[in-house]
Amino acid sequence: MTNTPEYRMAKTAKLMIDILPDKCDFCGCCVGVCPEDAIELKEAEIFIIDERCTNCSKCVWSCPIEVIKFNKEGVVKR
Amino acid sequence: MKRYYDVVVVGGGPAGSMAARYAAELGVSVLILEKDRDIGYPVRCGEAVSRKGVEEFIEPDEKWIASHITKFSMNAPDGTEVVLPLPEEGFVLERRVFDYELAKSAANAGAEILTRAYVNGLLFDGDAVSGVKFDYRGEQHEVEADVIIAADGVESRVGRWAGIKTHVDFRDMESCVQYTISGIDVDPNTIYFHFGSNAAPQGYLWVFSKGNTSANVGLGVSGLVGKKKSALQFLEEFMERHYPNAAILTSIAGGVPCSVTLERISAPGIILVGDAARQVNPLSGGGIASGMIGGSIGGRIAAESIKKGKPQHLLTYDKEWMDRLGKRHETFDRIKNGIYNFSDEKFNSIAYSFSKVPNDKRSLGNLFKTALIHNPGLLIDVARVFI
Ligand SMILES: Cc1cc2nc3c(=O)[nH]c(=O)nc-3n(C[C@H](O)[C@H](O)[C@H](O)COP(=O)(O)OP(=O)(O)OC[C@H]3O[C@@H](n4cnc5c(N)ncnc54)[C@H](O)[C@@H]3O)c2cc1C
Ligand code: SF4
Ligand code: SF4
Repeated sequence: MTNTPEYRMAKTAKLMIDILPDKCDFCGCCVGVCPEDAIELKEAEIFIIDERCTNCSKCVWSCPIEVIKFNKEGVVKR
Repeated sequence: MKRYYDVVVVGGGPAGSMAARYAAELGVSVLILEKDRDIGYPVRCGEAVSRKGVEEFIEPDEKWIASHITKFSMNAPDGTEVVLPLPEEGFVLERRVFDYELAKSAANAGAEILTRAYVNGLLFDGDAVSGVKFDYRGEQHEVEADVIIAADGVESRVGRWAGIKTHVDFRDMESCVQYTISGIDVDPNTIYFHFGSNAAPQGYLWVFSKGNTSANVGLGVSGLVGKKKSALQFLEEFMERHYPNAAILTSIAGGVPCSVTLERISAPGIILVGDAARQVNPLSGGGIASGMIGGSIGGRIAAESIKKGKPQHLLTYDKEWMDRLGKRHETFDRIKNGIYNFSDEKFNSIAYSFSKVPNDKRSLGNLFKTALIHNPGLLIDVARVFI
């Protein structure tokens, strides 16, 4: 069976938000502003909890080093 | 590790260590769970603190003091600099060592510490929190406790799991980047602040010397600013203008919650301390000293409630914190909102007016007075702070 990627679709916003884990400093700033508790952050691991994220963009605006971006196409589920 | 402790503290920063120590000193059993492999590392901090802010908790020791601060330098957008003596000495810390010492003092009081222990859920007994779930080296564990102290820093997820609304409005979150650079020529006894739309709008840029021609150079901007331009871009531009050739030894990101304290910082079986409770001074962004104060109050009240067998006693923590610092922070928050709206011209004219003040008459109070002449509306709030 081939592995077709599953996409995370926007519920409320047209643009999807996406974290680029390789660029992340794991500082927690985005977690502190997320109204939905939709970001999981360990010592050196970060991902979005798809079921909770509303694509409100607050984490994008707060990330100091531009690790969270908008993505028009929809985001591959991790 | 046991299956039950009187108190479990989540997070081994200054607030968590002080909570653990003050609880353990009253004779209850305490466990600290820290997700990182090292206490005190990575350092996401400018590391400036007043002597008074730390000496209540730990005897000042040169091994965690990078430099002694006696002067404050304000730099306006047009380059006007005013320098004034500080009313009391401050330190730029070596937080890697400092946080370690605080954790050791908790351990000496009897607390146990586990690093690489990532807390990922709470246990409940009815409505009350009764323990935590955590991942330790890839295996899931549970530990029960009478009181959980959430000292999990800016993320503050533990409190959310107990039903407390802990997230910060993105406008109040200072989005920060900092470089520790070497090979620069700054006065080791002065802390430098830069204001204005070029350096760090709705925030400030700092240069804190770490001695030996190295310094923490960092800045914070509100999420509202970050929407258009990231903190990183502001810092890169500043470096280009001021220190194009400096070697960057460390670079870190971070968030400082610059708001008033959460509406609620306790619930049955749990209290929140430090950044997790949003106990940072919202005007300065300083959270080391206030976090230790929050932690010490929280740790003591947790132990008292256990020893008295009165779980409701825990809920007195909110009032004690508000009386000690929380109410002051509400005033600081209003002042911050006033200063946030200062234009570059206003910063320039404050610095210019102040540069006319003779050296021996320069003080923080006089600088404030000069700022007030430019914005009389702030007067009432400032008066509240000092009276
Ligand atoms: C860039 C920057 C500059 C700053 N400059 C200054 C300054 O100059 N002066 C000043 O006074 N303050 C400054 N601050 C603020 C100061 O660093 C914080 O207020 C202070 O560290 C708060 O202490 P704390 O114990 O509450 O939280 P922290 O020190 O953040 O500790 C929280 C701990 O909890 C751990 N943790 C989080 N989640 C979990 C979990 N689920 N399980 C287990 N462990 C967990 C974290 O790993 C961390 O070790 C600055 C902050 C930043 C970001
Ligand atoms: S977009 Fe909003 S809900 Fe989704 S992770 Fe970011 S802050 Fe949380
Ligand atoms: S704010 Fe940015 S750098 Fe910090 S943890 Fe979130 S994504 Fe990573």
